[in-house]
Amino acid sequence: MGRFVARRLLQMIPVFLGTVTIIFFMTRMLPGDPAAAMWGDKAADPAQLAAFKHDRGLDLSKWQQYLHYMGDLFTGNFGETLAGRKVIDVIGEALPVTVRLALLAFVFELVVGVAIGLFAGLRRGKAFDKGSLVLTLLLISIPVPVLGFIFQNVFAIQLGWITPTVQDSMNLGQLVLPAIVLGSISLAYVARLTRTSIAENLKADYMRTAVAKGLPRRKVIGTHLLRNSMIPVVTFLGTDLGALMGGAIVTEGIFNVKGVGNALYHAINLNEGATVSGFVVVLVLVYLVASLLVDLLYAVLDPRIRYA
Amino acid sequence: MRGASQAKWVVAAVAVALAATACGSSNSSGGSSGGGDAVNAQGVFSYQSSEPQNPLQPANAMEVGGGRIIKSLFKGLVDYDPSNGQLRNQVAEKIETNDAQNYTVTLKSGWTFHDGTPVTAASFVDAWNWSANVKNNQINSDWFSDIQGYTDVHPDAGDPKAETMSGLKVVDDTHFTIALNGPVSYFEYKLGYTAFSPLPKVFFTDPAKYGQAPIGNGAYKFVSWEHNKAVTVAAYDKYAGIDKPKNAGIVFKNYSQAEAAYKDLVSDNLDVLDQVDPSDLASYKNDLGDRAVDQAQGAIQSISFSLYAADWKPENLAKVRQGLSMAIDRDTITKTVLNGSRQPANSWVAPGAMGYKDNTCGEACTYNPEKAKQLVTEGGGVPGNKITVLYNADGGHKEWVDAVCNSIRQATGVECTGDAKPDFKTSRDLIKNKKVDGLMRTGWVQDYPLNANFLRDVYGTGAAANDAGYSSPEFDKLAAEADKATTVEKTAELYQQAEAQLAKDMPAIPLWYYKTTAGYSKNVQNVKYDSFGDPVFTQVEVKQK
Repeated sequence: MGRFVARRLLQMIPVFLGTVTIIFFMTRMLPGDPAAAMWGDKAADPAQLAAFKHDRGLDLSKWQQYLHYMGDLFTGNFGETLAGRKVIDVIGEALPVTVRLALLAFVFELVVGVAIGLFAGLRRGKAFDKGSLVLTLLLISIPVPVLGFIFQNVFAIQLGWITPTVQDSMNLGQLVLPAIVLGSISLAYVARLTRTSIAENLKADYMRTAVAKGLPRRKVIGTHLLRNSMIPVVTFLGTDLGALMGGAIVTEGIFNVKGVGNALYHAINLNEGATVSGFVVVLVLVYLVASLLVDLLYAVLDPRIRYA
Repeated sequence: MRGASQAKWVVAAVAVALAATACGSSNSSGGSSGGGDAVNAQGVFSYQSSEPQNPLQPANAMEVGGGRIIKSLFKGLVDYDPSNGQLRNQVAEKIETNDAQNYTVTLKSGWTFHDGTPVTAASFVDAWNWSANVKNNQINSDWFSDIQGYTDVHPDAGDPKAETMSGLKVVDDTHFTIALNGPVSYFEYKLGYTAFSPLPKVFFTDPAKYGQAPIGNGAYKFVSWEHNKAVTVAAYDKYAGIDKPKNAGIVFKNYSQAEAAYKDLVSDNLDVLDQVDPSDLASYKNDLGDRAVDQAQGAIQSISFSLYAADWKPENLAKVRQGLSMAIDRDTITKTVLNGSRQPANSWVAPGAMGYKDNTCGEACTYNPEKAKQLVTEGGGVPGNKITVLYNADGGHKEWVDAVCNSIRQATGVECTGDAKPDFKTSRDLIKNKKVDGLMRTGWVQDYPLNANFLRDVYGTGAAANDAGYSSPEFDKLAAEADKATTVEKTAELYQQAEAQLAKDMPAIPLWYYKTTAGYSKNVQNVKYDSFGDPVFTQVEVKQK
């Protein structure tokens, strides 16, 4: 197990370097000159434009910029935004917000999704099962912006229960609704995955054995059925945590949440390579750690799985 | 029944969670509407804003996110009366000149910066010298280019030869003189731009630190800047200006999506809106009732002819150009395609600017398909009977360009198509390098509310924004005379004569003026917008709860 973890951690290094490199060059190859864009519709002052680019190192060749960037990255320096703020500060402000939002959405889709899937799987073909299939199909087919606007209109404008946008991005209570919107599509997948998995495992030999042993129903379902059925769901959830953090861009825009999505949107608009790649670096790390955790969880769920 | 009962529990949990959100947010929303018109002088209101792109220094704010905050924090020698756009003195007691080239400025006493230090002549002169210096990289530095010695502190290349401009001299604490490179009768009008704000001594010790927490001399003092969230300012109790704030402060709330801001406004969680987003334009008057704002802005949309291209050079084509202008049904297009968010134009200067004269375009800007066809034919027709209108596809222009083309096609039979370029930058490159053959989308947003800004800077021979390549000796002569006039009133009047020349030559077709389409919440009243489209922040009254 220890060797497996060590090997996985070592594998993360080339993956990390590769992604950062690709993102660096992709963001720097976007059309348009971010420095000249600071002058808006007016022509940039050539002397100042040159000085500005020199200050930010934008006059160097792409490869030189890349080497500087990678060198800085290993000392924890993510560079500066065009306005001269440290990218690490921008990330530090946005990340805690999105972590909260993503975790809320994650808990929501995990608890509600597995619950729906479990009951639907156990009572296959019954009314609840059919209802859950219709509901999840609806959730999958409604795009997030539409769902967001519906929620905003119903709960804020019509019912007046909440404010249409989040007033304090660090307030967990206010983040619940955006989190539900954010997690709803994944919720549908979690529910369907769980349902199928449960329904299949119900017919497995070990289930018959457990029932034949006279184990209480709670134990049969909780320890034997659910545990074995969770493997595909955990795989999905692991990668989904990263997707939730990156995918918050739409939800955060609708609800004006000041998180990663919002900051990324702003940075992409301004063509700020340093900020965009800074955030992507963080998101890549989240993905890598999440997929490592998934692999480790396999062993916990099914002891037969061994790592060489 | 177990599954079903559990499902109920899930639904109940969601409902509880939603109810909890409602409780959590109600204290910050302050959504209660009642309470007549009593004004709470201690009230603070919120405004739809965006993250400033640069540190908050007066000469470094060009975009609206930072620009409006700077406007609330600083006050220069003069500003524009928001009700009529007229110039009025603020820090200046008087600005005198005999030749429109050499100015003597006398300051009022009693003005202080927010740190208590007095505003003196040196506060202006030092600030301008610093801001104009190429080394300090201020985005608005070219505003100082009228002043003598600008090229010494701001050469096109290399290091500055001097630290100060020779045209600026401090006489004593309340007097300084400005010498310009040549006569500019409306220089005073330019002085209303925020780049000409004074700076306190503390600025020069650490400009970078200052840019995060500026100390100005305006109606509001800086309180906090939560990056990407909000900038808060509070009324300055020792403010010496004539526009004392009727409220206690402003929260510039950051929104990345205009739709979100609009939803907050409708539910009274945001007090004053910047602009209604396009998708809510059709319904905003219904939603807001008499709190909806719809008024003219100092900006104009036009289409210009590439007069430098061989096809459009012949002088007798003026008739054709007038005919094409007459073929455009401005009323219908602004009402339907643009949802009433624009006002049909009949002159080259936007209303609200000093010297604006109604209907200088006259008949040529009135829809008349028969006359249009007749003029185009009389003028010898359009080269190849086919025109294109170049525009950038990223700015939401496609709809109206197509509508304008349709109108032209139906009225005159001239084949007209839109020529979309992917983004603003690409279309600007073509226009700047004079590579357009036909028509192009052009527009102008006022720098200061004076007709000279719409005429001299757009239609003068060789002017930076003269996209049409228009060159008329008659227009240039009248403009030069206007620039030499000793009063702004005379300047404005002479420029009206120059504008008459545009009606004869028709280098560009005025289409419509931009409008401020905005609104405010039930928590505030007396919300007015100036011709720049900015709310008059100091006049906003917060209602008593």
